[in-house]
Amino acid sequence: MIKIENLVKAFGAKRAVDDISFSVERGEVLGFLGPNGAGKSTTMRMITGFMPPTSGKISIGAHDVAESPLEAKRLIGYLPENAASYPDMTVQGFLNFAAELRGLQGAARRKAVHRVVELCFLDSVLQQSIDTLSKGYKHRTCLAQALIHDPQVLIMDEPTDGLDPNQKHEVRNLIRELGANKAIVFSTHILEEVDAACTRAIIIDRGKLVANGTPEELRGMSQLAGAVTLQARGASLEALSRIGKVEELDGAFRIYPADKSKSKQLAQAVIELVAREGWKVEGMYNEAGQLDEVFRRITLPDTVKQDTVKK
Amino acid sequence: MRIIWTIAKRELAAYFNSPVAYVFLVIFLLLTGFFTFTAGNFFERGEASLAAFFGWHPWLYLVLVPAVGMRVWAEERRSGTMELLLTMPVATWQAIVAKFLAPWLFLAFALALTFPAIITVNVLGEPDNGVIVAGYLGSLLLAGAYLAITCMTSAMTRNQVVAFILSVGLCLFLILAGFNPVTDLLARWASPALVDTVAAFSVVTHFDGFQRGVIDARDLAFFLSLIGFALFATGVVIRGHRSG
Repeated sequence: MIKIENLVKAFGAKRAVDDISFSVERGEVLGFLGPNGAGKSTTMRMITGFMPPTSGKISIGAHDVAESPLEAKRLIGYLPENAASYPDMTVQGFLNFAAELRGLQGAARRKAVHRVVELCFLDSVLQQSIDTLSKGYKHRTCLAQALIHDPQVLIMDEPTDGLDPNQKHEVRNLIRELGANKAIVFSTHILEEVDAACTRAIIIDRGKLVANGTPEELRGMSQLAGAVTLQARGASLEALSRIGKVEELDGAFRIYPADKSKSKQLAQAVIELVAREGWKVEGMYNEAGQLDEVFRRITLPDTVKQDTVKK
Repeated sequence: MRIIWTIAKRELAAYFNSPVAYVFLVIFLLLTGFFTFTAGNFFERGEASLAAFFGWHPWLYLVLVPAVGMRVWAEERRSGTMELLLTMPVATWQAIVAKFLAPWLFLAFALALTFPAIITVNVLGEPDNGVIVAGYLGSLLLAGAYLAITCMTSAMTRNQVVAFILSVGLCLFLILAGFNPVTDLLARWASPALVDTVAAFSVVTHFDGFQRGVIDARDLAFFLSLIGFALFATGVVIRGHRSG
């Protein structure tokens, strides 16, 4: 549905987006990760046709964004950064406006507005002017605008930014539901959202695409992935060292497999060792890896990176 | 066309949802009244015409039109809604035209509210109503020209005050280029051809004809091409922002 090839955006000498390629199919929810200023918003602005790319090609469905922008835009619903909307309008007025710009008239318009009002729980504020709304409602109003024409492609720039935990949860659920038959891209720097809503995630850093995979694959890139953490009375560093590389934690040991693919055997080996030595196990975990560790390792500048990894 | 009307409708609603429209209407009507009857010596002139009324419009609009138009793009940029609007299936030119038409319609509405002036001259004497119609047409075109320039300056900045000042400056130039004291000053050392060229850029020169009841194709072309040029420039400025 969305196909991006060798996308570049240069602001003067600075390359905000540097040769990024990826694609998103219907049924996929793509999490777009990266530190602030990595080029997430710029990329989204180019996908939605707001900013022309310096070079590269973006297609939405069968339409090239540069060549047939109106056709491409028709397929897209867009939630811009900070969920911008017209503060002087009522929620109803704003949604009517968006529907009309999308070419919906009369009964079709009323139906569309009704649908998104239900979907985004806006019933109670319909006649309120947008500048009197709380941040959560403002956000949902703008989200409703993006969904009004039931788009095949949904682009959202930090859809959960500034929401309280309950609202975040709702928006994530909504994204996951919508993702069943749409192609969705949303940016975030909250890593738990990747697990909560995404089928796939990409990480960009200083304009470059540095990782692309399912949440499991990304987690697998963690140094922690496949390690076993053991908390047991009587356990000794020396005995454990025979199985793998051991790190002593506060009251526990973490054993790293020599080879990530052999993490199952590692757990088995630890269990056997515990039985043989007669240690009293208080806890044992198989580490899946942590996204934030992967994220930090990939996106920190090299000098800082070495530091953190050592620690 | 429908898209343009949808956006223009929203813009118009934005004026009437805020105090801007009402403050503007009151001040505009008070000032036209003051300039016409007091400063313009409407009664002392002893003629059945609205010359005293129209004569002040280039100056009155100088301040009031930029005040109406300064928000059109600056506010969209400041609040980020420009991104929302231009990622809709809307061509940039449609948005530009709509955002020009809405305040122009509003100005036309304000101008229409000066109808008591027409009644007054018709009650007191027998004016040539054709001249008055031409005067209104000229005044509307004049307001449109200032407004298009304000749209352009508004697109240049996200600060409404900056847009206002830039616009007043440009419009002032367009007045002064043909303002008698300035042309006289210029005539002292410049060749008559140069003076005429400079004066030809002035809205005053072209507005004069309308006030006398002459609808000259050249004057019409001047105002319409000024509007067209300023809106085209607005498009260039907006494209500039979008490409970063």
